[in-house]
Amino acid sequence: MIQYTLRRLGWSLLTIWLISIVCFFIIQAPPGDFVSVLMAQAEEDGRRLSAAQIEVLRERYALDQPWYAQYWAWMSGIITQGDFGYSFRWNRPATEVIMEYLPFTLLLAGGSMFLTWIIAFAIGIYTAVKRYSIGDYFFTFLGFIGLSVPNFVLALVFMYIAFAHFGMTVGGLFSPEYVEADWSVARVMDLLQNLAIPALIIATAGTAGLIRITRANLSDELVQPYVVAARARGQKENVLLMRYPVRAAMNPFISTIGYAIPSVISGEVIVSSVLSLPTTGPVLLGALRNQDMYLAGSFLLILGVLTVVGTVISDLILAWADPRVRRQHSGAAQ
Amino acid sequence: MISKLPLIGRKHRSRNTPETDAAVDEASAQRSSVSLTWRRFKRHKLALVSLWIVIGVYLIAIFADLIAPRPAGDYNADYPLLPPQSMTLTDPGDGRGFGLYVHGYTQEIDEVSWNRYYTEDPDELHRIEFFVNSGHDYEFLGLFTTDRKLFAPADPDAPFFLMGSDSNGRDIFSRVIYGTQVSMSIGLIGVVLSLVIGIALGAAAGFFRGVVDTVIQRITELFMSIPSIPLWMALAAAIPREWGPLTIYFAITVLLSLIGWTSLAREVRGRVLTLRSEDYVVAARLDGASRVRVIRRHILPGLTSHIIASVTLAVPAMILAETSLSFLGLGLQPPVVSWGVLLQEAQNIRSVITAPWLLIVPSTAVVIATLALNFLGDGLRDAADPYGGATR
Repeated sequence: MIQYTLRRLGWSLLTIWLISIVCFFIIQAPPGDFVSVLMAQAEEDGRRLSAAQIEVLRERYALDQPWYAQYWAWMSGIITQGDFGYSFRWNRPATEVIMEYLPFTLLLAGGSMFLTWIIAFAIGIYTAVKRYSIGDYFFTFLGFIGLSVPNFVLALVFMYIAFAHFGMTVGGLFSPEYVEADWSVARVMDLLQNLAIPALIIATAGTAGLIRITRANLSDELVQPYVVAARARGQKENVLLMRYPVRAAMNPFISTIGYAIPSVISGEVIVSSVLSLPTTGPVLLGALRNQDMYLAGSFLLILGVLTVVGTVISDLILAWADPRVRRQHSGAAQ
Repeated sequence: MISKLPLIGRKHRSRNTPETDAAVDEASAQRSSVSLTWRRFKRHKLALVSLWIVIGVYLIAIFADLIAPRPAGDYNADYPLLPPQSMTLTDPGDGRGFGLYVHGYTQEIDEVSWNRYYTEDPDELHRIEFFVNSGHDYEFLGLFTTDRKLFAPADPDAPFFLMGSDSNGRDIFSRVIYGTQVSMSIGLIGVVLSLVIGIALGAAAGFFRGVVDTVIQRITELFMSIPSIPLWMALAAAIPREWGPLTIYFAITVLLSLIGWTSLAREVRGRVLTLRSEDYVVAARLDGASRVRVIRRHILPGLTSHIIASVTLAVPAMILAETSLSFLGLGLQPPVVSWGVLLQEAQNIRSVITAPWLLIVPSTAVVIATLALNFLGDGLRDAADPYGGATR
């Protein structure tokens, strides 16, 4: 287990390093370097940057040096000082902007992951046990609809219904009376209420796949001799179901959770942009549109790292739950 | 091991009596694998229906010029944001005879909000004719020039907006028909590109194993672990705006496939790993066949049905990605017409409330196409996989 954990962590560090390179090239992609963009921006606002300021910035981001030096300047700033660069649109360090918006993203992504699991697990078990029933067809169809309707369309439809039928304007994570309020139990409840719908919208995209996997695996387990044996011993159907086949069918379920995280993050970006939630989504979109590249690249990096961390955690849980996985990765199996 | 489930089809098997089963088995021993797959596929009714829908959608894309009553960019400034029109079967009694008609409109403009209010004018009727000369020339499949449309009002200036008009007075129905061309082809071309990458890498990983496999696996995992939409957004934002519409179209397609190949590669690798230990593959290798020949001649044919199924499932994902990117303003740009570009008009809740059809019509097109492709892919996967236990 320790060996597996170490190897998995090593690979994830490599992945993170590669992601950081991808992000760096995205930062570099637009024409003109960061300082010239900053100067143009300052001129637009009627300010002028002094030659000394420019020099300091050029030095800080190693702009006169080759790309690997620039990459190093960016990365070392992040690692040693948590400095992700400067957002010229916000006129603030990118770190500050990210820290302001990231918590709600995590909350929303976590919430929709949770919903995805709960829904997929419950429906997956139901559809496997009641195969080919009306309910099975209904939920399977519903899952496919969720897979086929773009998230942003769902978000818009939801906003439309909320407005046209209930007269509510949706957007933001707090009801008007709580926006400026101090943290309190009531405010937290309000936040959770406002989070529920976006989380559900994001969850629709990921559930179909998980439902299918749970249903398929559980269907395979349900016909196994040990289930028949348990039934013959007179064990109650519900107890039996949860005690053996569901547990056996859990492993592939856990292993796909890791890959559900990127899809949740992707969904979050789009849904939040439509619902204008104060999360990374709209900020990232704005940064990309305005070519505010340090902010955009940093967001991308953080989202990527979070995904990798999530995947590692789910892999480790899987390895802990299923010894075959540990062996397979060390090459002992096959 | 992740097994696939048959969505519907398998239930019908129980209808066979033992005798017919035996007869079927004997017959199936002589059938080719294609016809066997097709037979399994036909049991999946929903997939069969979806197949026809998908064919229909691609036919619409091919014959868009004929079907759309107006050219994609054509606008009628007198009718912005006109709600969907209804056609009536009637005889106005002025000698034009019994047929399909649409009403004309009288309109009032609110002085304060500048909103237009349309009222149907019961006396003004415009006749809809089939294969009518519309006055808008186009090349029919690149063969000859014509201006005949499948159906259009006899009077070219008459308002004819079956599914409403947008804020510039363009016909949403025609634009959705034209959007089919771009949206459906971007999915197809993108998938072909990712197929090439996916098959090459997946087959190499599965066949050579060892270091090659490890490296390719890591690369695949790297791409899978980056949230695709933000990455697509970032890469799409880096496309220079001054590029022409066609170049942007190809750039977006390449971007979609550069990130979309991962699941295909994993699928192919898993299959190759199983296939390479099959007796006939081992025999070919022992016979001294070169590696390239073993892969091309013995392994790839065994993969075909799986590849077709995965490809079908990858197309809707690409369509959704293009739609989302274009909706956010980072993908295709007007004057190119795709479903995502059309949905840009439904960008905020205000426009959705004043003109719900701006959201409903294009998104219905998206949902029909992606749903049909998903069901089709699902059916194909079941058919390609009779035992339901393929390895990934």
